[in-house]
Amino acid sequence: MLFKLAYKNIIGAGFRTWLNVFILSLAYFAIISLQGFFVGWSEEASREIKAWDIAEGQFWQQSYDPLDPFTLDDAHGVIPAELAKQVNENKAVPILLTPATIYPDGRMKSVLLKGIKTEQQILELPTKYLQTITNEIPAIIGSKTAKSMHMKVGDFVTIRWRDKNGVFDAIDVKIAHIFSTTVLTVDNNQIWISLSKLQEMLEMPDEATIIVCNTTEIISDLNGWNYKSCSFLLKDLTVMIKTKTIGSSIFYILLLFMAMIAIFDTQVLAIFRRRKEMGTMMALGIRRIQLIALFTLEGIFHALLAIIIGAIYGIPLLNYFQKVGMAIGTSAADFGLSGITDSLYPVYGWKLVAGTIILVLIVTTIVSYLPSRKIAKLEPTDALRGKMTK
Amino acid sequence: MKESLIEIKGVKKEYPMGKTNFVALKNIELNFLKGEFTGIVGPSGSGKTTLLNIIGSLDSQSAGDVQVMGKEVAKLSGKMSAKLRSEHIGFIFQTYNLLPVYTVFENVEFPLLLLGMNKKQRKDLVIEALKWVGLMDKIKSKPAQLSGGECQRVAIARAIVKKPDLVLADEPTANLDAENSHNILKMMKKINEETGTTFIFATHDAKVIKYITRKITLLDGSIEKDEIINGG
Repeated sequence: MLFKLAYKNIIGAGFRTWLNVFILSLAYFAIISLQGFFVGWSEEASREIKAWDIAEGQFWQQSYDPLDPFTLDDAHGVIPAELAKQVNENKAVPILLTPATIYPDGRMKSVLLKGIKTEQQILELPTKYLQTITNEIPAIIGSKTAKSMHMKVGDFVTIRWRDKNGVFDAIDVKIAHIFSTTVLTVDNNQIWISLSKLQEMLEMPDEATIIVCNTTEIISDLNGWNYKSCSFLLKDLTVMIKTKTIGSSIFYILLLFMAMIAIFDTQVLAIFRRRKEMGTMMALGIRRIQLIALFTLEGIFHALLAIIIGAIYGIPLLNYFQKVGMAIGTSAADFGLSGITDSLYPVYGWKLVAGTIILVLIVTTIVSYLPSRKIAKLEPTDALRGKMTK
Repeated sequence: MKESLIEIKGVKKEYPMGKTNFVALKNIELNFLKGEFTGIVGPSGSGKTTLLNIIGSLDSQSAGDVQVMGKEVAKLSGKMSAKLRSEHIGFIFQTYNLLPVYTVFENVEFPLLLLGMNKKQRKDLVIEALKWVGLMDKIKSKPAQLSGGECQRVAIARAIVKKPDLVLADEPTANLDAENSHNILKMMKKINEETGTTFIFATHDAKVIKYITRKITLLDGSIEKDEIINGG
């Protein structure tokens, strides 16, 4: 009975109901779409970083610390037999790292010189361009490095480095290819050459600094090599997304708060404006608890109608964004959004949608119930006269 | 001999007014029998509505006893007094008090929903009540689309639809013109005679006197006169 009455009451309220319902549906839509974008970003960024940089995990030479460049001189070791087997089976790729200096436009710049197996197919890096045909030493760089160092394909770049004995040496490399990636950790200030050439330059045959694996057959530390899982390697990304998600939460809490104010306002107004109606219902035999339930239900129906209205315009819009993505500009990486392409493709899971609906329903129920409690104190004779009982 | 429906003994009602108390009813002693068509008359502020509200368990007395259908209303819980109103008492108000978003049918159906009747029963009873008041052609109208007389007829239908033992009408003709007032009163008289429903009016409308069979005159909260008229 109360369901029927509540439904009739809110439909009968006309424009006021639909305005509240629309605002509430906007809250649903904004929360779901924002969260969807963060889930999409997280998945896309993880996918890109795995494809270009970390694959399914890495082994780090025990001295290697990516946050401490001074460790690089000592962070190298002979590839252990177990991993050498995987490298031969194309299940892993060794990378050797050394700090170096280049001189673009007559200025000295520090770079990280990386050697990688040219035949590798584990990472997206176009290492086929590193295969030596002539006496020239081919190198590949990312588009951001090319832009910041003013380098283009065909340029010769002088690289200075120190070998394992600490002796400086220099060589010219030719930029064979400029690749485009959104993963900053393989682009920024990095020059890639073939592993064998770098091993020769550093006098470190069969040595590497990190070994990238595309299997999880070995996930334990080996002698002198520490295993780093995907979740560890993606930790920074996860933390960054979590931080941004919290930031966006403030926005949608604000939006939800505004929508709830609309419901709260409607309920408070209804309780003041419809006192006579309440008095009449009491005279006709409705119980106070039923009256409280009726007014609370009216608030909940706003939330239910908002789900329907939100679905009518929200589903096509969310589908559209899921298909074409949302353009965020080509300079997304400049803002530290690693792994993000020009467009962001949101992902909406049932957990996200159901979670949002349940959250808004719970909040709406509470917000609808709070003003309705005033009815418990209402005397029928006061209500019939249009007064509130003090 | 007719059965007693309401017994009022030594009822007093006071309202706080500033530092003193305003006495709305003093030492009221009344007995209403089943099937009566009674008017409580008196000027504004004489305590008519207060007395009706106490009988209808919408308000409670400050002293004395009120028994409605054998139940002492002051001792009823909120739930029980709602049950008493829902099952046995119909109300008619001066300003009709129709629920604005409901149609005529839904307004009349409302008390039956509270009684938990099924759809078929509700429909039959609503149609019967609307036939009584001659509003079958307005069944789908909203209160805003009706005249004052029609609204009051809907209110009467709503009051009688559950076939209550008692109908309490507070100034039912105050907002109506003479013709509509007579029509409404005739209608209520007919219902009273044909169904045996007890009607108690609070009124200061002289037109009502012609129809009632018992006239209780209240003045400053006291019973000034209690007389049987019009051959009652």
